[in-house]
Amino acid sequence: MADRHTGMVEKRGAGLWLTHAGLILGVLFIFFPIWLAFVASTVTQPEIVHPPMPLLPGDQFLENYRKALVSGINAPVARMLANSAVMAIGIAVGKIVISILSAFAIVYFRFPGRKLFFWLIFVTLMLPVEVRIVPTYEVAARFDMLNSYHGLILPLIASATATFLFRQFFMTVPDELAEAARVDGARPMRFFIDILLPMSRTNMAALFVILFIYGWNQYLWPLLITTDPEMNTIVMGIKQMFPSGDDIADWPVIMATSILAMIPPVIVVISMQKLFIRGLVDSEK
Amino acid sequence: MATLTLENVQKSFGDTKVIHGVDIDVADGEFIVIVGPSGCGKSTLLRMVAGLEGVSGGEIRIGGKRVNEQEPMDRDIAMVFQNYALYPHMSVAENMGYGLKIAKTPKAEIAARVQEAATLLQLTPYLKRKPRELSGGQRQRVAMGRAIVRRPSVFLFDEPLSNLDAKLRVQMRLEIKQLQRKLGVTALYVTHDQVEAMTLADRMIVMNAGVADQIGAPLDVYADPATAFVAGFIGSPPTNFLPAARFGGAEGEMLGIRPEHLTLGAAGAGRIDGRAVSIEPLGAETLVHLRLEDGTAVTVRQEGTAELPAEGAEAGLSWATGEEMRFDDAGRRLR
Repeated sequence: MADRHTGMVEKRGAGLWLTHAGLILGVLFIFFPIWLAFVASTVTQPEIVHPPMPLLPGDQFLENYRKALVSGINAPVARMLANSAVMAIGIAVGKIVISILSAFAIVYFRFPGRKLFFWLIFVTLMLPVEVRIVPTYEVAARFDMLNSYHGLILPLIASATATFLFRQFFMTVPDELAEAARVDGARPMRFFIDILLPMSRTNMAALFVILFIYGWNQYLWPLLITTDPEMNTIVMGIKQMFPSGDDIADWPVIMATSILAMIPPVIVVISMQKLFIRGLVDSEK
Repeated sequence: MATLTLENVQKSFGDTKVIHGVDIDVADGEFIVIVGPSGCGKSTLLRMVAGLEGVSGGEIRIGGKRVNEQEPMDRDIAMVFQNYALYPHMSVAENMGYGLKIAKTPKAEIAARVQEAATLLQLTPYLKRKPRELSGGQRQRVAMGRAIVRRPSVFLFDEPLSNLDAKLRVQMRLEIKQLQRKLGVTALYVTHDQVEAMTLADRMIVMNAGVADQIGAPLDVYADPATAFVAGFIGSPPTNFLPAARFGGAEGEMLGIRPEHLTLGAAGAGRIDGRAVSIEPLGAETLVHLRLEDGTAVTVRQEGTAELPAEGAEAGLSWATGEEMRFDDAGRRLR
């Protein structure tokens, strides 16, 4: 039993220390800009613009964050965070619901044009939002979806990637499972809800993380479709905070906003990570 | 509990006919085994009874009622799959009770019936576990439990033991047989293993290329095979086939003789000579493999205590004429 501890990745002595030193250095390197942003969000405007830039947090933390959250520059950051959350969750949940249902249809039902529909969905992978943005804007405008949540969410909701992913997963589920459910008396939607959905739990969690961040980081589309500052999302809102003309940029507030914008994706990643890892450890098939 | 009737049941996939009309009347409580090599259509036939495959021709009746157009759930059947097909995210109890839950059976009754089946199958300590925490044999029991709790008219088994190791297979074979006897439910069981077929069946259907070559009680089929295929498939080691022309038969006809009906003697003393190429002593019995002049392989099974020829030596083969079976050039038995 004792031999088991001398695994392939086991390092001893100097090798162990070097590995750790390398990792710590890497972490510091990656973390430094974020630290600078955090420091900048806790000091006063004059302290930032006077070189050298401070490297330790100042005493303006509460003041700057309160200002950002409550009043912001164009719109309160709290409002923008809420908008972003609605958009990101709407896109993530919507994409998962639509793609899991279309994958279910494509894998488990024989209907005319099944292959054609699959390839049609697949082809949309080749058209990113930016390519189809003008016609999409035109459609959204005519449906009166400017400055609205559904305008932010709906045009981004169809997902070929997620459909493809669920299709691949469903194809690994043994046919006998569907047949056993049929013998047990489960009609298709019952099978979908009772058997397929619980089995896809970990896939959905992984997709939710990816899609939430995708939605949260949307920049171009919210910029086009929202003109009312009350509907701004936080990622585009940060850009909107830069002054036009001769105004002075309120750097501490902008930096506080940046830090706030980072927190929700981090929370989503960390909380979903548990489900993620559980899914990897006990494979259910 | 019910009778099961297949009447000229046929199946085609496109233009390819895979089942060419099978007829059988299964009595209430009878255990029927469908046996045949892979690709003979035995699983397809079972799946047609289950309702998982459509019926291209003929009629299937369960309890006298035509079920061709019915969904599996309405046929009053339960099926045990080769890979068990347990729902991985449900506990053993949930797996067994799922069919009842869908049928909107009251919770208390589901619990009682699951408990009853679990006791019968010695699964009580595992009811709360997930399938992945069980061994192969236990999973197999859960799959049977799932079939039992629904109290169906007919049990369908699709090679249920082929994923188990040899020892467990023998044990589960016995359990399935006892269980079926105790519950008295009509059963249709598919296997490619002729030993399983012989030991389990009240009657067996030997399938060959989509045709039921013979239907009968295991020992009757063994003693009196209807075709050369059945003679060769049922029994181990298989029946020896010799060209009948050498023994006064017509050209193209074959002579089938079971290994245990052959006896070895001195070269030239028997009806035909052969060279012993290998000898397998199994203790109680010994298998002697010989090669005839024309290259035909012949196996002789004799008592473990009988005298053995030396490897490579010539020996004479003899048999009683009453034991030989004659088959025409299409493999049909000549009587």
